[in-house]
Amino acid sequence: MDILSLFVIVPVLVILALVFTKDLKQARLVSMVGGLIQLGMAINLLFAYFRERAVNDSIMLFTRDVVWFEQFNIHYNIGVDGISVSLILLTSIIVLAGVFISWKMEELPKEFFISLVILSTGVYGFFISIDLFTMFVFYEIAVIPMYLLIGIWGSGNKEYSAMKLTLMLMGASAVLMVGILGIYFNSNADGGALTFNILEIAQVNIPLEAQKLFFPLTFIGFAILGALFPFHTWSPDGHASAPTAVSMLHAGVLMKLGGYGIFRVAMFLLPAGALEWSWFFIILSATGVIYGAFAALRQTDLKYINAYASVSHLGMVTFALLMLNKTAWNGAILQSLSHGFMTALFFALIGMIYGRTHTRDITKLGGLLKVIPFISVVYVIAGMALLGLPGFSGFVAEMNIFMGAFQQDSMFYRIATIVSISAIVVTAVYVLRVVGIMLMGPVKNEAYTQLEGTTWYEKTGILLLLIPIVGIGVAPLWISNLIMESLQPFIQGVLL
Amino acid sequence: MDLNSFLLMRHEISLLGIILLLIIAEIAIPDRKKSSILHLALLLFGIHTAVGFLPLEESFLFGGMFQSNEMIHFFKGVLNIGVFTLLLQSADWLEKNMMNQERGTEFFILLFASLLGMYFMISAGDFLMFFIGMEISTLPVAALAAFEIIKRESGEAGIKFILSAALASGVSLFGISMLYATNGSIYFEDILTTLTVSNLTLLGFVMFFAGLAFKISLVPFHFWTADVYQGAPIAIASYLSVISKGAAAFILMILLFTVLKPLMHIWENMLYILAIATMFIGNLFALRQENMKRFLAYSSIAQAGFILLGFMTGSQLGTATVVYFVTIYIFSNLAAFGVVQAISNQTGKENMKDYEGLYRTNPRLSLVMMLALFSLAGIPPVAGFFGKFFLFTAAASEGYYLLVFLAVVNVTISLYYYLLVIRAMFVRKGEDPIPFFENKLYMKLGLLITVFGILALGIYSPLYEYIYQISSVLN
Repeated sequence: MDILSLFVIVPVLVILALVFTKDLKQARLVSMVGGLIQLGMAINLLFAYFRERAVNDSIMLFTRDVVWFEQFNIHYNIGVDGISVSLILLTSIIVLAGVFISWKMEELPKEFFISLVILSTGVYGFFISIDLFTMFVFYEIAVIPMYLLIGIWGSGNKEYSAMKLTLMLMGASAVLMVGILGIYFNSNADGGALTFNILEIAQVNIPLEAQKLFFPLTFIGFAILGALFPFHTWSPDGHASAPTAVSMLHAGVLMKLGGYGIFRVAMFLLPAGALEWSWFFIILSATGVIYGAFAALRQTDLKYINAYASVSHLGMVTFALLMLNKTAWNGAILQSLSHGFMTALFFALIGMIYGRTHTRDITKLGGLLKVIPFISVVYVIAGMALLGLPGFSGFVAEMNIFMGAFQQDSMFYRIATIVSISAIVVTAVYVLRVVGIMLMGPVKNEAYTQLEGTTWYEKTGILLLLIPIVGIGVAPLWISNLIMESLQPFIQGVLL
Repeated sequence: MDLNSFLLMRHEISLLGIILLLIIAEIAIPDRKKSSILHLALLLFGIHTAVGFLPLEESFLFGGMFQSNEMIHFFKGVLNIGVFTLLLQSADWLEKNMMNQERGTEFFILLFASLLGMYFMISAGDFLMFFIGMEISTLPVAALAAFEIIKRESGEAGIKFILSAALASGVSLFGISMLYATNGSIYFEDILTTLTVSNLTLLGFVMFFAGLAFKISLVPFHFWTADVYQGAPIAIASYLSVISKGAAAFILMILLFTVLKPLMHIWENMLYILAIATMFIGNLFALRQENMKRFLAYSSIAQAGFILLGFMTGSQLGTATVVYFVTIYIFSNLAAFGVVQAISNQTGKENMKDYEGLYRTNPRLSLVMMLALFSLAGIPPVAGFFGKFFLFTAAASEGYYLLVFLAVVNVTISLYYYLLVIRAMFVRKGEDPIPFFENKLYMKLGLLITVFGILALGIYSPLYEYIYQISSVLN
């Protein structure tokens, strides 16, 4: 068995094991062991990748190719480069942290963890696929459990949010399907056979007309998952209603599928289309960046604040990808990673605060620093990382993005870049506003003076997420190099 | 004609044998043991299904009136499995309601007679055989729709069905006569060589097409569907929506791709519009349905619209994807109807609202329903996804990107109402959820077959490869 297929097989085994569990204790134990194994596999993959990369310079490593549907030339074709490896690592950490955060999931625990693992299976499968069809299958597998996760275990207006989220994301996948079929039927433009293989299609010169037609479909299909303005509306509602671990996984991992897909499919396979359309999507992304930041400024629900912050930060990912140069792309991937950890951490903390105070309204909270110091301090740290303080991962990512963006020297790019950069200031405002209202000052509610301290599983979950944030921030070079190396073939492919 | 070539009709002969045996059994078995007829019928039909999969050569009988090849043979096998599963699922209902009224045997005889008609219909080599087959397959169903004589709706369903079916058959026959008038033959082989575009041919084609469109319930020939499904016993609604529709779609495809191929530039435009109308109207009407049978009726209308996408190609790819999709559709829809029937048998409840909280009391049944609905909606990794993706691929291969786009929009719309059922079962707790009940063995078996089909048909690719290979006969 190859090292990558394990990322699909192990979760499936975990699901089978979960089916036979009887109560919460068994279910969470099985999920924790499964999560630990996956984290171990991801770390092992990272080192194996370094070893293999030293001797092997093909684009994808650890490839495996099994014919699936011969007539359509559909293969189960997997492989990874540095970008996928880093995203797989992100996924495994957040999945494990999510299990710890859901330690007290009383309602239908077995089903909850099964849905969570199905979601992660889809995500792993998506990141390792080189075949468009396989990738699409995993994409949908990752999205559909969200309906049950939000619908059953959510709070507030959960039925509405779950339906909205699922329909928008499945609608996105529907648009994407047309794009993929368009790419597929143009993959023989150079006289070869029709294929779904990404690496093979990248060698083909797809006619300009087809690229112009199918790039927006593919791009929007993925970008809806990445909460591109104006298709972001599912995200705040969805996050607000979702249970903690689901918000973490969703904002931390699932939304990254969007950026990754744009990069791996839309940009890589349809470069001429990307050039043609980039102006339009840059406007949307820059609007999203600034709009998300201002929307976050006006919200009082903690989850909405974070959801709009995600819209803003993921807008930067699409923005950076559209800048079409190496530095910005490096920043985009780093931003995906960094935002994944940060936002998961935020949602974990919000879940803990909500679990204790039963409100997410910041105007009703105050002085939390005095009563739950551990959670509050971590919240401040996460906030600092989010607003891009040097020493944390956010700074490294945004630095790269804007340095890359400034390399484009036309007026249009300059204005878009300046607009996007100004969002950083707004970010600082909304982060400090929450810190000021919620953590500082007097304790507003008598009942809040007697809150529980943090438990060991909560601390474990937090630390799992905090370490990489600081790690990337303090020592960014190793991961930056990992990504940079893998960008090379894309640079050659796209920026001829 | 020697015995060997007669064996080409082995499906038909064996089914006829079963019908005769059941008549004898009805006479021979004493009244107090009548319920054993149920087991006898299931056993016989099970053997018939299993034997039917023995390979068969490609040939024809009666001077070309009756033909069979590997694809037709395969499809008869699929229909057999479908009917067998359906019988397993309705065994409980039959035992409870029909056997004590001494009408169990009639049910089997009528159902098998209708299936026999379908065999002849899809094996037809000329329009006469086709029409006889279609009539044999339709008339018994009208009796079956009115089978629950104590219910008024059932009788209403029977009357509605027979009236619309008779009209459709009449129109279809008129169309056939015009085709005969212009070509001078009713044999498919002959017509293929002489068919040219003329006003009379077109009129004949359209009228003929209407008859089949009625059976597949394409818009605008769909009005009977919801009412009949709602009134008829669930077993018959299931039969109409799964077996009858599947067989009709299959023969329509054969006819369009062979005899009527010369008219392709005309029927492809017609199907283009019909596909869009059927998908949208089926889906939009399904959105507001409360009754599960009506709900599934409109969902199956929409599914028929998707099938038309595969027709647009006229190629081997199109044939293969249509047969593949219909096969998967049979399993998915049978699973959905099976669950509806299981619940209706136990509690008499048929509304979506009654399903609230079902997962907490009957988790297995809800999971089967969820798989079935996901398969109908086209969510991976269940089979329906592969069926739909390949259908869309077939349409896209001819450059119909706009049609594919409208189809995927419809997939999203349909996902909404499928999720409504899932919401009722999983998300809502319900004030008065259906209490836990244990299904009978036959029902369990019937659901198990469909679940196996839903899970395996998609991921296990050799099935598609096999279908692709056998569908070369049409081109």
